[in-house]
Amino acid sequence: MTAKTSLLTPDARTKRRNAAEARFRLYGLIAVAVAVIALAGLLVSIFGNGSSAFRQTTLHLEIPLPEDKLDKSGTRDLEVMKKVTTIGYAKVLANALEAQLDAQGISVEGLKSKDISKFLSEEAPATLRNQVLEDPSLVGQKITLELLVGGRIDGYYKGRVTRETALLDKNVSTAQLDLADALKEMGLLHTSFNWGFVTAPDASEKRPEAAGLGVAIIGSFYMMIVVLALALPIGVATAVYLEEFAPKNRFTDIIEVNISNLAAVPSIVFGILGLAAFINFAGLPQSAPIVGGLVLTLMTLPRIIIPARAALKAVPPSIRAAALGVGASKMQSVFHHVLPLAAPGILTGMIIGLAQALGETAPLLLIGMVAFVRDYPGAPMEGFFDPATALPVQIYNWTQRADPAFVERASGAIIVLLIFLLAMNAVAILLRRKFERRW
Amino acid sequence: MKTVKLATSVLALAAVAGAAQARDQIQIAGSSTVLPYATIVAEAFGENFDFPTPVVESGGSSAGLKKFCEGVGENTIDIANASRAIKESEVAACAENGVTEIIEVRIGYDGIVFASDINGNGFEFTPEDWYKALAAEVVVDGEVVANPYTKWSEVNPALPEQEIMAFIPGTKHGTREVFEEKVIIAGCEATGAMEVLTAAKGDEDAAEKACITLRSDNRAVDIDGDYTETLARISSNKDGIGVFGLAFFENNTDKLQVATMSGVTPSVETIASGDYPVSRPLFFYVKKANIELIPGLKDYAEFFVSDDMAGPDGPLAEYGLVSDPELAATQEAVAGEELMN
Repeated sequence: MTAKTSLLTPDARTKRRNAAEARFRLYGLIAVAVAVIALAGLLVSIFGNGSSAFRQTTLHLEIPLPEDKLDKSGTRDLEVMKKVTTIGYAKVLANALEAQLDAQGISVEGLKSKDISKFLSEEAPATLRNQVLEDPSLVGQKITLELLVGGRIDGYYKGRVTRETALLDKNVSTAQLDLADALKEMGLLHTSFNWGFVTAPDASEKRPEAAGLGVAIIGSFYMMIVVLALALPIGVATAVYLEEFAPKNRFTDIIEVNISNLAAVPSIVFGILGLAAFINFAGLPQSAPIVGGLVLTLMTLPRIIIPARAALKAVPPSIRAAALGVGASKMQSVFHHVLPLAAPGILTGMIIGLAQALGETAPLLLIGMVAFVRDYPGAPMEGFFDPATALPVQIYNWTQRADPAFVERASGAIIVLLIFLLAMNAVAILLRRKFERRW
Repeated sequence: MKTVKLATSVLALAAVAGAAQARDQIQIAGSSTVLPYATIVAEAFGENFDFPTPVVESGGSSAGLKKFCEGVGENTIDIANASRAIKESEVAACAENGVTEIIEVRIGYDGIVFASDINGNGFEFTPEDWYKALAAEVVVDGEVVANPYTKWSEVNPALPEQEIMAFIPGTKHGTREVFEEKVIIAGCEATGAMEVLTAAKGDEDAAEKACITLRSDNRAVDIDGDYTETLARISSNKDGIGVFGLAFFENNTDKLQVATMSGVTPSVETIASGDYPVSRPLFFYVKKANIELIPGLKDYAEFFVSDDMAGPDGPLAEYGLVSDPELAATQEAVAGEELMN
């Protein structure tokens, strides 16, 4: 006699199967948890290090502009006034700060005159000089400016520099920190949102406080324009031809295999190709966004063609058959019916391809875009040929600098890049949601 | 179809615009050690002169010189930065591509320092200690044996009892060559190991090679990245001792303490006087043929070596460059566009 079985009490085999399923779910949960923890760790470290890059300490300073220092001739002749370098302007600034301290009755123990001259950023004299050369009539008057303070003072308000580290650090003294606190109390020193970080060009290692992403953002933007203008038409044309018109033979098979292969080629290879083809052979300039854009186009093309073909394939054959059935030509059926229906998928692939290209550094290494560039590239079209860097390149450059303040800048730049990528991917998802059709 | 036409015409337009445009900014490439100095000068140059700010690439001395030697004209770089003197093979490669007139400019000296975590033990090294601690084979009682030492105190009783752990520049760095030559080989000779090795290996070249073959049991770790990586390794491994450039150390004095070498503390002064043994000259090379093509090229070279920049009180010295005592001669040579011989 066999044991009685009931549907209500699971037998041993059912229990085993249920346990196996529960285990599998647990594995899945663990995998997701590991991924989430890794992502959270990454984001926490990036935001922890980088969010302070978006705030910057500035000093509100009243500066008398003495004629005997800035324009000895008294003629306000620009050519003569240009002879006074930023070194001369730095002295004017140091005097102005000293005068302000005297006027406000601030005295700090152990403050040397060198501490005062090093209190402000080295960018400040350049700001003042540009201001004066723009409007020479300012000489002899008093102007007030919001000037950047040195990177270490800025770091003091961001927790990077403390009084203990200042004792060991030869680039900052505790007297300078006392001075900063005194100025803060008077309301002259404030920390505010750092627009310069997204608009200013890169700066040398001696002035991390002035370094910004302006040139890199423009360079990345120009490259994306080039990629968009070239990769979209070429990629879509290739996909449409291969999917709709090309005969299926060995030749098209070879092309197909090659496209899939190219998508997997490491990006540095395209950089080598770009150096040989565009710079050495075609004679295009070094470090220019046009060359970067061309290289990234080559890299992105297969990554656009493959999803575009998938999108075309997903359009049901009945649509084509119906169009042909009512007398449309092959081309009409493709351009009036198939392509519009595949457009959301193609666009999504395009945007994801662009996002990949935006984050690429390796191919730019060889064409001279991994560089220190301080001048903004011009407006299009010449701007495409001016030197520029790109966002990921700027991150790479900053991580190599000695001054610890650049750690904050690099993380801040990663945040900016992440925001761009997130925005692009969000657009891709929205497009797909809005226009996707299911059959 | 319209978009395709549009794109083609845009590309054609772009090509025309590009061909018509001459380059007006200086292009520089080369050593990552010279890079910070070059960017400081480039920035000041752009601010104070009517020329655009030069574009400075890094990538290493060899890569920079290779690019430099690709030819003359607007499509080649104008200046190569180098943390070592140009090699004869490179001069020959240059000449082959028509780069025959090269101006060599020595901008100053770079010190190589040994530093450890600020809260750890202090060290007073000699080259002998480094050789004995890091070489793959050392001489003990006249016999060549595999390196037996695990603690610094075993190498030299005067040193603290701390595990041997050194982060040294990888072989692609110019710093490695200086480290080998000025520290390891010097130590090899000073301990007398060189003689024993010469006797054992047959000739002096083989002995030298044996000297600089470092142990591979993870006590001497090659860092192929930059000094920031070395610093990160030290902050996670407090026993580690890293090799840094003087400028890098001076920017991180709140995290690192520097070791003395043969009793001398590295500083701009001791390196300039030659008391501190581990240093090397830094150079940049100017392509004379490009001086007429690129506006401001000569002004940049002159500005770089001017007292305002490279002088002992200039911003470069402040950043960690050891000013060249013979700077005046260099200034004259640059002004006169004197070629290297």
